[in-house]
Amino acid sequence: MDMLSLIIKFGIYGTMALALIAAIAVVTLRNLFHSALCLAAVLIATAMIYAAFHADFLAAAQILLYVGAVMTLIIFAIMLTEQLGSKTIRQTNRQNLAALAGLLVFVVILGRVIFKTPWPVTEKALASKVTVMELGKAFMGPYVFPFEVISIILIAALLGAVVIAKKDR
Amino acid sequence: MNTVESLKYFIPELILLVGAFFVFTIDFFVKNKRIVSGLTLLTLTLSLCFVKQPETALPLFYDFFHLDNFAHFFRYFALIAVFITLLLSYSYTPIRNQYEGEFYGLFLFMAFALILVATANNLLMIFLSVEFLSLLSYLLVGFLKNDRKAKEAAIKYLLFGSVCSAIMLYGMSLAYGASGSLELSTIGNTFFFAPFKPLALVAMLFFLVGLGFKISMAPFHMWAPDVYEGAPTPVTAFLSVAPKALGFAILFRIMAVGFLSLGRPPSLILTALSMLTMTLGNITAISQNNMKRFLAYSSIAQAGYILMGLAVLSKLGKESILIYLLAYLFTNLGAFAVAILVEEKTGNEDLAAFSGLSQRSPVTAAMMAVFLLSLAGIPPLAGFIGKYYVFAAALQAKFIMLAVIAAINSVVAAYYYFRIVRLMYLTPASGPVFSAAPKSITVVLCLTLVVVLAMGIFPSFFLDRILS
Repeated sequence: MDMLSLIIKFGIYGTMALALIAAIAVVTLRNLFHSALCLAAVLIATAMIYAAFHADFLAAAQILLYVGAVMTLIIFAIMLTEQLGSKTIRQTNRQNLAALAGLLVFVVILGRVIFKTPWPVTEKALASKVTVMELGKAFMGPYVFPFEVISIILIAALLGAVVIAKKDR
Repeated sequence: MNTVESLKYFIPELILLVGAFFVFTIDFFVKNKRIVSGLTLLTLTLSLCFVKQPETALPLFYDFFHLDNFAHFFRYFALIAVFITLLLSYSYTPIRNQYEGEFYGLFLFMAFALILVATANNLLMIFLSVEFLSLLSYLLVGFLKNDRKAKEAAIKYLLFGSVCSAIMLYGMSLAYGASGSLELSTIGNTFFFAPFKPLALVAMLFFLVGLGFKISMAPFHMWAPDVYEGAPTPVTAFLSVAPKALGFAILFRIMAVGFLSLGRPPSLILTALSMLTMTLGNITAISQNNMKRFLAYSSIAQAGYILMGLAVLSKLGKESILIYLLAYLFTNLGAFAVAILVEEKTGNEDLAAFSGLSQRSPVTAAMMAVFLLSLAGIPPLAGFIGKYYVFAAALQAKFIMLAVIAAINSVVAAYYYFRIVRLMYLTPASGPVFSAAPKSITVVLCLTLVVVLAMGIFPSFFLDRILS
């Protein structure tokens, strides 16, 4: 294995570790603002993992939508509501030890299953790369139905959001 | 089948969508909301008229909309459920003052979402349609946004639902990773190879979490009582019937196509969950004092009985699910229609409002008694036919223990259903005689009563149509 691929491999594992650590921080930190920043780190790390696996479009969309739009919105919401920005909240309840034990059992079982399964990884699958043009053609071709369904879901969600957020007449 | 060829089989759904957008537009200009409500009913009726049984299974839109006989049954089911729910909402006062038009329009989207769930045949459509259904459910639960209980219920429902779907999504990613395909049938074929079996079992459990939430299966039922109590009553009636039925439909498809190769273990897991669900639902229902909570726990218990049909995973099991769901649709909506009527007349959601109902409104009390007896599974009513078939399915597959537990549970259930009957007939009335019921509720009551009686007395008429 040459130097470059070794570095890439370490880079990918490092990014995954970063994503995991930041994710744990999101649910353990007591300050809401710090949690939000860590969430942004998780999302950026995920985008990097996508990019490393040749899912360029997904990575770009992740950065644009989640980091660019959703996170900005969350951070603005926290900063605008003053009491929330500086408040510290405990994120665990009294059952956290039991939950942790359950989680460990779960992780061990899942880990064993994942390592035992012969995942169908082929050279062809590893080399495959989906371009934006192919994605667009797929959306307008075979995948047109789910694509249109998503647009209807968005309209329904939008209408519902307006009903809930609107001031009463 | 490509997009253009598919469109001619897709007319009922197109009518629903066009109708929904039309309703939202008309709602801007029209002050009299009766016109809007009439339009929604018209849309649903038109859509019902154009539903045609497919001769063979049709893979519409490149098989993203898989229309077979199973899906066809649920098409009717969804449209009827939404139709009855809308009739119930017309005479429900709290909805009248708040965005009435939007409420009706969202229900047309709901009908579309339900049909999508029934026709979903691959992981992408399963996730999309189930999420669509959940999203609309959260919205409708929190629709009375100035009501504290409704807000709390909607938030609880949203949080619980999101976690459950996330877990299901993880299960989907495992199934997709192992098979490299979104199609349930390809996934099913992959899982026939022994090395994939442990993974398949884990993925199946994750699916059970996500869909168990939708069918309010124990131990994922905790949201149900609070949500059913907080939601507007017609929405509660709807949630206890339609999303649950479609949850069963998609769960059956996943089990029968995707995880058939697992053999015995899924049956055993489902058997255990079925026993747990019916026992928990029945035991908790006994001590309830609020009518909506009472019906919520009763519907959890009913989900336990339907799970019996799912657990055996046989042909008879599938048929028993369809029959039970149809009987349950009309029985439960009928019971809720009475509950809404009593709530409207007394302004009280407690069981106490039912005391002496036989003196205040003899016809309503008699109808409620019929619905409750049908829920308890007493012959010759629809509920009995449903129960008969799930028990037959369990016994045919030699699930004796399950049948025994279900029988004991039925006795417990009969006790609390009869408690309401006793309350209506043997306690003195606490208020004046009811004035005439609103027309739409009368229509629903008559319709559901006729079907509940007809299904019990002439079951062969319905069975032939369901099983064809």
